[in-house]
Order: sequence, then C-alpha cells, then structure tokens
Amino acid sequence: MTLTTRYLGLTLAHPIVASASPLTATVDGMRRLEDAGAAAVVMASLFEEQIRAEDTAYALLTEHGSNSQAEASNYFPELADYNAGVSGHLETVRLASEALDIPVIASLNGTTAEGWIEHARSLEQAGARAIELNVYSVPIDAAVSGAEVERRTLDIVREVRSSVQIPISIKLAPYFTSMPHFAAGLVRAGADGLVLFNRYYAPDIDLTTLKMTRSLPLSTKAELPLSLVWIGLLSRRVPCSLAASRGVETEVEVVKYLLAGAHVVMTTSALLRHGPEHLGVMRDGLARWLAENRFESVEAIRGLKDASRVADVDAFLRAQYVAALTDYVPGKLVQ
Amino acid sequence: MSVKSVVMDGNTAAAHIAYRVNEVCAIFPITPSSTMAELADAWAAQGVKNIWGQVPVIQQMQSEGGAAGAVHGALQSGALTTTFTASQGLLLMLPNMYKIAGELTPCVIHVAARAIATQALSIFGDHSDVMCARMVGFAMLAATSVQESHDLALVAQIATLESRVPVIFFFDGFRTSHEENKISVIPDEQIRAAIDDNLVRAHRARGLTPERPVIRGTAHNPDTFFQARESANPFYTRVPDIVQRAMDRVGALTGRPYRLFRYSGHPEADRAVVVIGSAFEVLDETVGWLNAHGEQVGVLHVALYRPWDAERFLAALPSTVKKIAVLDRTKEIGAIGEPLYLDVVTTFAEAFAAGRVPAMPVIVGGRYGLSSKDFDPAMAKAVFDELKQPRPKHGFTVGINDDVTHTSLTVDASLDIEPKEVVRALFFGLGADGTVGANKNSTIILAADPDRYAQGYFVYDSKKSGSYTISHLRFGPHPIRAPYLLKSANFIGIHKFDFLFKLDTLSAAAPGATVLINSPYPADAVWDELPKEVQQQIIARKLSVHVIDASRVASGLGLGSRVNTILQTCFFALSGVMPRDQAIEAIKRATERTYARKGKAIVQKNFAAIDSAVANLHAVPVPAKATSRRIRLTLIPDTAPAFVREVTATILALQGDTLPVSALPVDGTYPTGTARYEKRNIADQVPVWESDLCIQCGQCAIVCPHSVIRSKYYDESRLAGAPAAFKAAPINARGYPDSRFTLQIYVEDCTGCGVCVENCPAHSPDDAAVKAINMKDRLQHLEAGRESIGFFETLPWADRTRVNFANVRGVQFLEPLFEFSGACAGCGETPYLKLLSQLFGDRLQIANATGCSSIYGANLPTTPWAANADGRGPAWANSLFEDNAEFGLGYRLAIDSQRAQARALAGKLAPRLGADLVAAILGAPQLTESDFRVQRERVAALKAALAGATDPDAANLLALADFLQRRSVWIIGGDGWAYDIDYGGLDHVLATGKDVNILVLDTEVYSNTGGQASKATPLGASAKFASAGKTSPRKDLAMMAIAYGNVYVAQVAMGANNEQALVAMREAEAYNGTSIILAYSQCIAHGIDLRHGMKQAARAVACGYWPLFRYDPTMRDRGMNPFRLDSPRPRIPLEEYRYNEVRFKSLVQTHPDSAKRMLEQAQRALEERYRMYEDLAARDGSRFQPHWQDSPS
Repeated sequence: MTLTTRYLGLTLAHPIVASASPLTATVDGMRRLEDAGAAAVVMASLFEEQIRAEDTAYALLTEHGSNSQAEASNYFPELADYNAGVSGHLETVRLASEALDIPVIASLNGTTAEGWIEHARSLEQAGARAIELNVYSVPIDAAVSGAEVERRTLDIVREVRSSVQIPISIKLAPYFTSMPHFAAGLVRAGADGLVLFNRYYAPDIDLTTLKMTRSLPLSTKAELPLSLVWIGLLSRRVPCSLAASRGVETEVEVVKYLLAGAHVVMTTSALLRHGPEHLGVMRDGLARWLAENRFESVEAIRGLKDASRVADVDAFLRAQYVAALTDYVPGKLVQ
Repeated sequence: MSVKSVVMDGNTAAAHIAYRVNEVCAIFPITPSSTMAELADAWAAQGVKNIWGQVPVIQQMQSEGGAAGAVHGALQSGALTTTFTASQGLLLMLPNMYKIAGELTPCVIHVAARAIATQALSIFGDHSDVMCARMVGFAMLAATSVQESHDLALVAQIATLESRVPVIFFFDGFRTSHEENKISVIPDEQIRAAIDDNLVRAHRARGLTPERPVIRGTAHNPDTFFQARESANPFYTRVPDIVQRAMDRVGALTGRPYRLFRYSGHPEADRAVVVIGSAFEVLDETVGWLNAHGEQVGVLHVALYRPWDAERFLAALPSTVKKIAVLDRTKEIGAIGEPLYLDVVTTFAEAFAAGRVPAMPVIVGGRYGLSSKDFDPAMAKAVFDELKQPRPKHGFTVGINDDVTHTSLTVDASLDIEPKEVVRALFFGLGADGTVGANKNSTIILAADPDRYAQGYFVYDSKKSGSYTISHLRFGPHPIRAPYLLKSANFIGIHKFDFLFKLDTLSAAAPGATVLINSPYPADAVWDELPKEVQQQIIARKLSVHVIDASRVASGLGLGSRVNTILQTCFFALSGVMPRDQAIEAIKRATERTYARKGKAIVQKNFAAIDSAVANLHAVPVPAKATSRRIRLTLIPDTAPAFVREVTATILALQGDTLPVSALPVDGTYPTGTARYEKRNIADQVPVWESDLCIQCGQCAIVCPHSVIRSKYYDESRLAGAPAAFKAAPINARGYPDSRFTLQIYVEDCTGCGVCVENCPAHSPDDAAVKAINMKDRLQHLEAGRESIGFFETLPWADRTRVNFANVRGVQFLEPLFEFSGACAGCGETPYLKLLSQLFGDRLQIANATGCSSIYGANLPTTPWAANADGRGPAWANSLFEDNAEFGLGYRLAIDSQRAQARALAGKLAPRLGADLVAAILGAPQLTESDFRVQRERVAALKAALAGATDPDAANLLALADFLQRRSVWIIGGDGWAYDIDYGGLDHVLATGKDVNILVLDTEVYSNTGGQASKATPLGASAKFASAGKTSPRKDLAMMAIAYGNVYVAQVAMGANNEQALVAMREAEAYNGTSIILAYSQCIAHGIDLRHGMKQAARAVACGYWPLFRYDPTMRDRGMNPFRLDSPRPRIPLEEYRYNEVRFKSLVQTHPDSAKRMLEQAQRALEERYRMYEDLAARDGSRFQPHWQDSPS
C-alpha cells in the first residue's frame, strides 16, 4: 500500500496535511501533529495587518513615558530580538523547520505589496519549504470590479513568485465568477498549487447588546460539497497541485476529495475537535479504505471521479443539479 | 582596528568598559546609575561578549547591600566582578567595601555620584556619596567628562588588577552620566591589549578553592588586629604609580594622555582652583578666558583622590600660586572644611613644615554644585575673583544666595564666554511628545560628521504626567567641553504653545535668535495670541519666529502627541546646521534606526511626518510693537498661603535657583496641600458630567487617580446663587427629598486619562457610547468649570458621621486629602492613596518608602497630601527605600509610648480635669466616625482645661493630649520596597504584631527607576533585568504574611472590585495588630493604555491571576474561618489577561516557545494557587495557625 503523494513539488508520506490553526502556531504544537502522523503542516498565518497594528501599539506603548523623567529614560528593556513583530513568527518557522522531519509550509496573509514580498522572503529565509498565500480580503468597494480583484491577486502572486524560490500556493475564497479561468491565471502567474477554499469569519448580531459579534465556528462535513465540486472541476484542468480544505472530519471526506482530484487534504476543525491524534486515525482510515476497496495507492484513486473523466462537464454539473433536487428529502439536505 | 566616534552618555561610556573587563556584574537599580546596570543586562541578553569572549553573568540583587555581598563573594571566588551604584546605594555597600579592600581584592565599583538624602531626597549629582566612602580603603578615581568616564574606567581596571587595591570609579551623576557627547570609543582589541592576563590569573589564583584551602575573614583579638591593619600599607603606597602607569598605557593606546593631577592654565599662575569632576571643564574653559584677558590663573583636577599623592599634587601645581580655592561638591557640616580642602591644606602644611615649599599659600575651601546645581563660567570666575581679595572667604558657597550665614560669593550671571562658533539650541518639550528622544537623535546626526561635535543635556520636571523637558544642545567644530546649562541660545524650540504662558521660554534667546513654536494658530494669526511679554522679547531681541501646527500634523498621521520628528525636521530646516536635504535624509535614517525593530508602520508614519514638516512651516511677520492683550499666566493665585506664593511659585516659574537660603525651611519641613494651587491644565480632554444619566454610584470618583472628581450632597436651598453652568441633580437616595447631588470635575487638574469614563456603568438608553461621564474638549469647558468649582467649594463636605463608609457610593462623599498629584495619567496606585486619605485622612500618619509614591507624593514644587478645613490631614514622611517598614514601626512605638504617658497623666490629673471627662477619654472605643468626633471634642475640652497650667504634669499632658486620639499609621511603598530591598524589615514588622497598616502598591516592577524586575514580577513578564521573561514566579507575599497567623492580610484590585478594596482597607485599619494589603496597581511599565487600566485589573482577577481575598485574624479568634476568598473562580484564561500587555506580549515575539511554556506554567501555577486558596477558604476556623494570645480551647 502506497500512501505517498506529491504536493507543491514536495513528496509527502500521505495526503493528509494539518492546515493553519492555533495547533500550528508553535513548535510544540507542530511537533505533536508530526507525532500524530501529519504528512506536512501549514503554520499559523502571518497576518501583516495584525503585525502592523501590533507594531504600532508596541512602539507607542513602549515609548510612553520615555525620555520624560529624570529617573527613567524608558520603561521597557530594549529587546534586540524584537523585530517588527515578526521575529517570533520567523523564529518559530526556523525552529519548526529544524525540529520537524515533515515539511513546514508557511502561511502568509499580507495587506500591502511590500508586506507580501518582504514577509515571503523572510519566511523562505527562515526555512519554510513552501508558502501558502492566504488571500483573505472581502471586496467592499463598489468601484472595484471582479476583474480588478482578480488582477490584484494575480499581481500578488507574480510579485511573490519573483521574490522567492520555494513553491507557493494560493488559498482562495470560493467567490470568483470564473474559477477555472482565474485558477489558470494564477498558475500562469507562478502559483504551484491552489487551496480550495478559505473560510470567512461568521459575523452575527447580539440582540441583547445590539453589537456585532464575530466568530469562526469549526467546520463540519456539510461544507464539503463546495470544495469537492471545484476540486473535481479543476483537477487536471489546471497544471498545479490541488489541496482540498473544508469539512474534512474523517477518512471518508479524505477519500472523497482524493477521488475528486486533490493532491492533499487539509484539516483543522477535526483536529481541534478531537485532538492532533485524530490525524493518525484518519490516515489509518484512509489506508484501510484503500485496502478494503483493493486500491494499491493514493495515486490510484486520485481524480478517479474528477470532471475530466466526464465528456460534457456542463451536462455533468446540470445532471448533478437535477439529481440533487430529485433526491431532496426534507430535513435531510445536509449530510 | 578602527576607532569609532559616537555620541553616548557617561553611563554608557563607563558601562561599555566595565562590561568588557568583567565576568560578573551584581546589579540593583538606583538613579542615576541605573542605566549602567540596564545596559549590562541588555548586552548580556543580546549575547555581547567581554574581551575574553564570554558573556558576563549579570545578577540582579535585592538591594545594593545584596549586590555588594554578591560582588564580594564573586571576587573571593576569583571572578572579575563589578557593580554600578550611587548615593544611598553606595552607602549600603560600605560594610562590604571595607571587607573587599581589607582583603586586597581587585575590583572597580562604578559610581554616578549623587547627593545623599538629608533634609530632603535628591536624585541629582554631587559628591556626597563618594566622599562618604573615602575611608573604606578603595582607591578613588574621578572623571571630568563623558570621554573620561570611558577612558578612566579602563585605567581603573588596569590599576586595580596590578595594585590589588579596589577602586571607586566615579563621575558626576546626571551632568556626566546623562550628558550625551561625542567620544572616541576604545576598540575591544585595545581594551584587550591593556589588560594583563597574568594579573587576571593572579586574581583568580587568590580565589577560594578546596584544592588549596585557606581561610579568610577570621576574627582577631587586640593582639593582632592593629598590626594586620597596617600590613597592607605598601599596597596603597604603590597605587599612585600604578594608576599613572595605567593612565600612560591607556594614553599610549588612545592618544589621550591622563595625569593623576592635571593642571591647566597659566604656567606662572598666582591663583588656582583645585576641584574634582566635571566642574574642572568649566573652570578650565574659564581659566582660558581669564588668562586671555590678562589674568594669571590655573585649575588643577584631582583624578586620583585616594590614595592621596601629596608629592605629585605639589609637583603639578605651579610654585607661583599664592592663593588656592578648593572646591568641594559636598557638604561636611560641622567640619573645619570639606574633604578635598582638608587634604590640600594638610598637604601644604606638611610640605611647608618639612621645607618642601617655601611659603604657605592662602587656601580657602568652598562648596558648589550640590544636587546638580549648575556650575557655570560665571561662578568659576566668581571663585577666581574672590581669590583676588586680600582675605578670601573660607567656607564659601557659589551658585546660591546664602542670605543667612552669608557664605555665598557674588556672581555676575551675565558672563558669557562660550565660543561664537558653537550653535546653541534650547528646546522646551512635553514629556510625551518625544522631544528629548529626537534631540538625542539630532546630536547623533550632527556628530556623525567627523568635523562636527555635539553635546546634549536634558532637564526634566518632577511630574510624571504632563511634564516638561528642556533640552540643551550644543554643536560646533571643536570638542564641546561645557558641562553647564545654556545661558544663551541661537535657537529656541517651544514645542507646546501653553509654555509661552507659563514659562519664560525666551529669557535665554540671544539677539537675532530663531524661535520655532508649535502653534495651533497659523503664521498670520499667531502674533495676537502670544503673551505681551513674549512679543516684547521678540521685538527687543529681533528674534526670527516660525510656527508649525505640529500637533495637528502628528495627530493626522496617527502619531498622537509625538511631534518630535516634525519639529526636529523644522529645527534642521531653520537652523541651517546642515543642508536641508541631507538633514532630512539623516533624520529618516535615525528614525528608521530608532523604530526599525518596532515595525514599518511606525517608521512610515514618521517618514510622512518628516516629509510634511517643511511644507507646514511658516515664518511669522513680526510687527514693530507689542500689542497683545494676553499676558503670561500667574502660576499661583493670590489666595494661596505666603509660602506658596513666594517660594512655590518661584520654583514653578523655573526660578528656583534664585531663592535665597532664608526662603527654605531649615529642617525639610514643608506645608502640605500645595498641589491645589498649581493649575496645570495639561489635559486636552476632560470628563464632563451628564447629570441626567448619572446613577450617582461613585465608581468614577473612586477610580480617579488625581482626585479631580468629587461628590457632594447638600440642601437644594444652597443652590441659590449658583452659576448657570453649575450642575446638580436630585440625590437618588431615599430619605433626602430636599437634597441635591453634584459631581464636580476639576478640569484644570485633570490629566485626561479617561479612566473614569471607562469605569462608568451608566449608558444613555439611546446611545450606548454616551455615558454619564464623557470626555470633552477642555478649553470648551474651562471657564464654566472654573466657575462651577468655585461654587462647589462653597458647599460643605458631607458630615463624616452621616456618611456610609461601607460602600463606594457613600465614600465618594468624603473629602480626598490626596489630590492633584504628579502621578502618571491613569496611575493605578493613586486611587488607593486617595481612598486612604478619604477614609482616615484626618488621623493618618504615613511612612512612605522611596519610589513612585514618594516622588508624586512629595517632590517639590507642589505636593498632593492635603489638610481639611480644620487643618487636619495626613502627616507624611519618607525615610529611605530600604527602611520604610521599620520607619513606620517607629511611628507606632512612639505613638504607643506617648499615648501611654498621656493616659497615665490624664488618670493622675483626673481630679483636676473631671473624672467623667477622663473616664470617657480613656474608655473611648474610637471605632466609628462618631467615636472620633466625640473623642476630639473631649480632647479639646481636656486641652482647654489644661490651658495656662504651668505645673509639669499638666504641661506634659497638654503636649501629649493629641495622642489620646487614635492615629492610623500606614506604611506605604511599592513592590521593590516590600518584596526586595526592605523585605527583611517588612517581615520583622509583620512579626511584631504592632498596630501598623502596610499598603503595598504593587506594580510588579520598580516603576520609578524605569521598570526593573522585582520579586513581585510575574513569571514570563519581560522587564528590565529580565528582558527574556522572568523565569521565577512572583513571591506569594500574602501567604507568607498569613503564615504568621495574627497578621491581617488582604489582596485587592480596584477596577475588579472597588467595594472589596474599601472593605479591606477599613478592616485592616480597624484591626488592632499588623495589617498588610497588596494592591494591584496597573502601570505604564506594563505596556497598556492606562485608560483601560481598571478593566485590565478586572481581567487580572477574572483569570485568577490576582484573586481577591482577606485573611482576618479576628474571625479566627471568633472560631470562624479567617480566610475569605472574595473573587470567583477563574472565568477567563490567563492568556486573555496577559496578552493585553506589552510586558507579556513582547515575549511572544522574541521568545515564542518559552513564552508559550511560561504561559502554560503560569496558568498551571495559577490554578494550583487558586485551589490552595479555595482549600483555605473551605477550612473551618480551627485549622489555622494558633497564636499565643488565643484563649485556651
């Protein structure tokens, strides 16, 4: 039985990767995931926006009261290791890269062109084996067209591509008008892989305080279909690695994504819910499923059910649509 | 090998050497030497190595006494060891210094010389401390400048290794330790070459080792001690030669020769001055000027003061000198002269007697420069002028006006001898605006040119909020040796418009000088906004005036009040000291250097500020006549007491140097309550009360750190005559139908911290953002506020016997007798002190440890502890940092003794005074306000009955009668005091069981000296001396106190539970035994916006880090559980509290994994500690430590 797969040019022992989460924020956390059997880890994101805000607060708070008293020129030690708010993150990347045998993929969420480039370089220098660009922005400006949003993302990819040597992947939101066209553009711009999809925070309104609230609930396998469809549609149509994200709860979802064409399957919520050790359970489950279904390898099932196997994709999608409606049983929509 | 010329201060210059030539540094913070210790700690944290390729071991100690002990031990174990100290710190080291010297142990102690507290504390520089150490057996080597504090530190190390005689290496505190100047840094290779490793190995070989055991520190009997004491004499005899050789060696390496006694001046001088320290530079400059004007004078600097080399001294001084003035920067009261004077006189007397000098010169001694009193060329000239007199004055003073014992010399203050090519710039800044930081950068920028030299010196006021800074900068083509304040400036920057109305900012403006004003008014409108006096100065001196609204520019760029880079750019643009483009480029580089590690965002904001500066800078057209209707403010109202009008007002106007000796109290006793006369008006925004929304809960008033929110209730009939703007609301308490309530904001005293607004629980039903108290523009509420306050003060304070002391709502009606302090805006300490003053103020006696609370509590010019209308209020004194618990215990002992005498006398005189009155006095319970009032009336009756009596018993009872009123003794200090330096004393006081109350204002760091770690600093917090995160948990002082069984112990946190803090204070005070309260005090050293400080305190409690509890031994005495846990179980994770603060968050950046581990450990420790508290709280009353006074069960 061969579980190995290739993702972003990296050979992984199996296709289950721990995606960016609090579990991958520290070396210890990543080590636990490796021990639990993760094939790779995507480190918790480096958020440029947060770093800039924290830097400003740090600068102003540590300067507060400085050079205004005879007895104290300042109130904080000069921290030579403090490097614009990213030193800790980079140090974690460095330590994790050294400590872990599995690849450590850095995740970057930039807000400025300069930030994307500079931080990508730093992450590469710190030892990351690949960088996942977490393009997380909600276009709210009515003057900005969809084409403009796409252009900006492509620019980011091109700039990062020209700045680093290591593979890069793009974690996308699902809301693009022509996903295949855009995906192909991303690959042309230099992306080595796509991660489908990012999840947005869930805003809400507290009716007691009338305040906006925000949360990021753990995903459930109900979220699987959207990613599954697009993995299936893009498999073999865009020449890059595909990572499936969302709704991976057990080995069942892993298998489905692989059948749809994913090179790797990323999971977070299940690990947060059940602990890092759950990753090993999923891996073993995958192996068991393959054995029970007499497949020799992951590669043997990868893309077995992708859209490229269907001559008329449009018909394929319509057929799915029709089937879905036909099969609808009240109260059973979400499986 | 390249020699670097860089700008640094004297502390850095000395520490640079000390760090490189030592293996162990034992440190403790004390102004002005703290920087040396901080640097050593920071360098070690960064892995900077000494010349042997090792990172020295830096160990913080609990006191300077502890540091000296550790130094002694490390030396005895063969390590090259040093420490850094000053003032009281050096005094605490003296016993060990005798030992170190007695054992002939090479060592250099680096001292930024400072005044010793006498009639008052002073953090500033003079030689009082080092002169106290001249008998310990250390050699004493002095530097005159920043460069010398660098070079001679190396000389000291070379010499101590060779001579085995330890060295006190000192330089003038502040004047040298804090002066920024361009110096040549000795490369490490040269330092390495200067140190003889054979001597290092010899020192190591003398260290204790079980391989070659010896015994040291033996006890001697009369038969041998004396001889042994004399046995080391040859070592001291050799020291001068050794030091001179060391100077020669360093001189050869650096090209800067040094002498033990450096003479400068006319080779055939008839008059000379002998001096130690930076004053030499002033005298030398003056000597040059005087000789150029036809005089024959000289000055001699004593670099090596101990051992005194009489021969070299005599050889250094021209034989033509007939008159000598010896200047001492210390006062040895009662002596025939100060120490250096006596040495000089003895030297000449011995030489004359032995025939080595043909005649005895006239030698007089004088004092100068105590507590950093500026010593300038005019004063230097006055000394030389005095020597022209046939009988020059001995024991003179220079720099003051002594109108009491007439010691002072007359000084012509107009003398200006500074070279014309020196550019002199004076900047008036606000503490918060970054002026000093920018000026430090300016000196670096300008000194980067190899052909330009720069000097910066900075003066600060004593307030911790809204404080001003004055920067004195000099730039020129030659090295700048002018260690005195600017008297005349070519450029004056006024970085806050209000200063024009408060201070005489232009008094030092040279004719034709350039003036830059940060002005809210544009160039074409500002003229009419200037005070008339300022207009007159501008016209008379033909000043060139420019304005920029830097505050608006900075605010628009998100830089808050940081106007520094904008005004710095304007300075360069206007002064022309270097080409504008080049200057802007250099400012940007300096900004990047300053902020690079703090992130691009702040760098970019500053770049934008720099780029926009020149475009917003405008010249002001100056009319021919002064026409303004505005005049400079009167700083003190006419209604103030005479002392405040005459003395305090002079100090406030920065004219304190002009006060004569007679103006000042002889024994350090000052009137209280002077802060109320200083209307600082420092806040841009102040709280405004919405009477309709207010629920009158008192939560805003209780948390106000500056006592600017006050509440009264009164009969509505009193509102007759109230100004229109005066606000009142029906009181929302039952039983007072005709009463009105007013919450008055003292707008001129508010610091604008906003803590009150954050703590207000009442919202508008229409808009949750509108509270019952909201921050509004001060200027718009200023006039109405003044009128309202005037009326409010005519309303009576609530009758204390009718106030409910049991809750916050009631306590707001008590008059605060701690008001308008200089503490930081949003200070977490002062609300406790204000509450203390409200609860017990009229019978309060406070012993206050040195630290923040002694500075904002008692630093001149104005002080916050006040008295009520009856003239009663807190009596306050500060002894030291290291003895406050014992000092306060002394209060109690004296009170108990005198009360016992009073009671005995009252009993004895009962037949005369009335048996009922005496019985009532002696039997008074004195527990409630009613009790106190009645007792006061009885004591007054007793005094009345005794008035005029002349018999000893009656006279004695009259003198002691006030002790019949119960006093409330409080011992107050910070955690540095309680946990570290006076922990032994505090522990002893706890063990006495005496009726004193200890309040620990626990900021978990040494706040006053800049945030060094104490044993209260929590695990994982980054602080100075623990920059990589403190690795040990905070000491559980509460449990230690509880272990005694009979100590009342409480842990409180305002913001989390004000009511509990109030109850704890009242219980502690009522307890007839020792009490201690640990009070959570948020601080700027935590790295939070103090506006949210109370919420952060609440988080500290909510996460279980700071559980609230009370241990009341009286409960145990009643068979109940004395331990009550007042806060609920942890409701939020520790992380949620910690990561709001820079002290914790920064560690996540620098040491992410250890930050995580420390957080986890701290969380576990917290949970375990909480379980222990819960266990205690769940016990029955019998399961606590018994006490011998317990009744037998």
